[in-house]
Amino acid sequence: MNTRIFSRLTLFAFLTLAAACSEFEPAARESDTLLDGPVEGLSEAENQHFLKGDAAFNTDVFTSANGLGPLFVATSCGSCHAGDGKGHPFTTLTRFGQSDERGNLFLTMGGPQLQHRAIPGYTPESIPSGAPYSKFTPPANTGLGFLDAVADEEILSWADPDDLDGDGISGVANWIRLKGYVTPREGSVEKDEKYIGRFGKKGATYDLLQQTVTAYNQDIGITTTYEPYDTYSGLETDPEIPNQRVNDVVFYLKTLKAPIARGEKDELVSGAQIFSTTGCAKCHRPEMKTGNSSINALAHKVFAPYSDLLLHDMGPGLDDGYTEGSAKTYEWRTPPLWGLGLSKNSQGGKYFLLHDGRAGSIEEAILLHGGEAAQVKDRYVSLSADDKTKLIQFLENL
Amino acid sequence: MKRPLLFGILLLLLLNFRASGQIDSTLLRRTPKDTTKLLLNMDAVYNRPFLSVGKVPVAVGGYVEANWQHLGTDGVSEGHQFQMRRLTLFIASTISRRIKFLSEIEFEDGTKEINIEFASVDFEFHPLLNLRGGVIMNPIGAFNQNHDGPKWEFIDRPVSATQMLPATWSNVGFGLYGKLYKKDWVYAYEVYLTNGFDDQIISNTQNKTFLPATKLNTDRFEESFNGEPLITAKVALRNKRIGELGLSYMGGVYNKFQEDGLIIDKKRRVDTWAVDFTSTVPATNTYIRAEWAFVHVDIPDSYSQQYGKRQVGGYMDVVQPIRRGSLLGFEKSVINAAVRIEYVDWNKGTFIETGGNIREDFFSVVPGISWRPTSQTVVRLNYRYNWQVDILGNPASKTAGFQFGFSSYF
Ligand code: HEC
Ligand code: HEC
Repeated sequence: MNTRIFSRLTLFAFLTLAAACSEFEPAARESDTLLDGPVEGLSEAENQHFLKGDAAFNTDVFTSANGLGPLFVATSCGSCHAGDGKGHPFTTLTRFGQSDERGNLFLTMGGPQLQHRAIPGYTPESIPSGAPYSKFTPPANTGLGFLDAVADEEILSWADPDDLDGDGISGVANWIRLKGYVTPREGSVEKDEKYIGRFGKKGATYDLLQQTVTAYNQDIGITTTYEPYDTYSGLETDPEIPNQRVNDVVFYLKTLKAPIARGEKDELVSGAQIFSTTGCAKCHRPEMKTGNSSINALAHKVFAPYSDLLLHDMGPGLDDGYTEGSAKTYEWRTPPLWGLGLSKNSQGGKYFLLHDGRAGSIEEAILLHGGEAAQVKDRYVSLSADDKTKLIQFLENL
Repeated sequence: MKRPLLFGILLLLLLNFRASGQIDSTLLRRTPKDTTKLLLNMDAVYNRPFLSVGKVPVAVGGYVEANWQHLGTDGVSEGHQFQMRRLTLFIASTISRRIKFLSEIEFEDGTKEINIEFASVDFEFHPLLNLRGGVIMNPIGAFNQNHDGPKWEFIDRPVSATQMLPATWSNVGFGLYGKLYKKDWVYAYEVYLTNGFDDQIISNTQNKTFLPATKLNTDRFEESFNGEPLITAKVALRNKRIGELGLSYMGGVYNKFQEDGLIIDKKRRVDTWAVDFTSTVPATNTYIRAEWAFVHVDIPDSYSQQYGKRQVGGYMDVVQPIRRGSLLGFEKSVINAAVRIEYVDWNKGTFIETGGNIREDFFSVVPGISWRPTSQTVVRLNYRYNWQVDILGNPASKTAGFQFGFSSYF
């Protein structure tokens, strides 16, 4: 071959490649199949803040050199909340020691949370005999900023503690005492020095700051100025991460986008109808709106979490004998169902549903509903096979 | 910019392109590579092109590697990256007929890392008994011993050799080696005692058992982390027609079990095994290079399964010369087609909680084309495609893209 032609052709081929190379790279997964990513409409400064929190949440791995443990459950936030989705039994937490409103009677024996892992040379905790306990599978972290920005009064308007409407479904708030470092939201409702908890499976956490610093402390063994007590020694220690890092993570959690529903529009509509006529929507409320927020993208927005953020009696089958705040042992906060169909993508290809992951499918989760939900469950059981399929499909597309 | 327009401009630029080169090669003398004997991977350190000036008993050499790449992961592209991966200098000297010295100093990623990869004195008492001491390369697998950039058709080093096994991995120590030639065969052994690993292998920001994490501990050239030697041993045999087979082992205690005479943990071991195979299929001249390795780490049960007790992985390279002869004025140039397949399971085992398989694995395919204008230099174009699965087995994260670069001895 003529050398000059050869060299020009080769160079041309390379330069063509250089100009078109993104075409040979893996495409992004559709954003409606992903749980991570920011809400739409953040400012540039907010995007920067989001990215800082993202790095702290997903790539900060703790080791004994930078504060891990000595007792811990996992080594990073991202290890338990893969892709910001639901977790797996490997990352499930165990809490023990409280069975009623009197509080945790096992605080001196390692409660409330079991740290069953330890850095080499240390002995991890085990559940003291006689302590009631419950397991908690990590929930998805999506859309939390929206849930955080709902006004207390709105939540209380859905509660019906005495079941005045006689539908068998009550719904109560978990009234909790605030940690010293927590500032109540503007306009929050107070009762006997207690406030409404809205995060966590028992609704015993007030806000995302409390959730974050407790996770650092109880899950990873990292102290902060907010939660300065080491879980191993019980002694106050220097903060192992700066407050700025905590703020970044809280901002990240607040600005994670809400899951985007998938599927055909009319399928969604007919599924939604069955969901509502069966009575699921009485607890799993399809619509909420936010109040004021310092983050513009979150203020006064209507969104669809499929929850009421209230506690419900779920019957003896789901009563573990353990509780938090003023919740009863058989009461659980209605979990948002948005993003439900994407759970498998973060749970290793299988479903682990309900608070402890005991349900291996959506149907199994429904059939384990009892207590206030018993009637609705029965209605589900008597649906035609076709309607059941439609309902499940609807849930998978949330 | 619209793509056709962009291509048009590129074409125009090319029409004005003129290549010229000017190298005065009369001043220096190249030490010819030893091609008479049956060479093993262990001979790679000395079997390099060296330059010597006049009668000075010191020879110098080195190699350089640089590349461009454009990789993307799940829709997020890194864009154009130009990388100066490494510049390595060797200095060898024959102190007496049977005492040799060789050192290899490597500058990685610009000057981000400067390492003494090799700096040892070899005493030959008998072909079967040589003593080597200094900074040595632990002979685990073949890649660690024979890793010079210009020898490979791939821009990235094999993941199983560099991230599961910790190549390039060198330590201070002593050992013996020897070789025995018999007709078409050569047999060799190596055994060394060196400083070894530390507990970063199970406590690192990779969030997985990661042997190379110990490389962060630069004190290891000065003191052992725990006073226990790392043993590395290899046997290799080669047949002129078939190729080379190596079996190697490296192991020792990695944790600090006592300090100031107080017991702080029990002794915990890391053990690694590797099989390597190199061959050229005579009929087609196809060059095959493969390595498979196992890692076993004693990790307390009460620590997290995030850190795997067992790892396994390897790679296979197949290189097929497809055109030999003069090209662009290089008389003996060769064009090769090549492909690498590699796999690593960072965490072999099952979850205590579910009995399900622990994933955390990696698979990649790298087809490529290389052009060797001379045997010392390689210009290579790779297309890499990786699948990375997390510990739980969630949908793989995919990385792919083109890499183009060169590597040359000088
Ligand atoms: C050991 C696994 C684990 C680790 C590590 C972990 N989490 Fe969690 N996370 C959980 C579990 C389990 C829950 C449910 C707890 C509950 O309901 O009380 C949870 C709940 C949450 C929630 C509440 C979500 C909701 O819907 O109410 C947020 C927010 C959260 N985690 C953030 C974090 C952050 C931030 C970190 C890192 C500092 C972190 N998590 C580390 C397991 C983990
Ligand atoms: C009385 C209120 C109530 C009603 C009615 C109700 N649920 Fe639930 N649902 C809950 C609560 C509370 C949980 C959490 C229980 C637990 O974690 O143990 C839950 C959990 C679930 C889950 C598992 C979610 C997860 O993240 O693990 C699914 C799926 C679900 N419900 C679907 C339905 C469907 C479908 C219906 C209608 C047939 C329905 N629910 C009716 C309160 C209710």
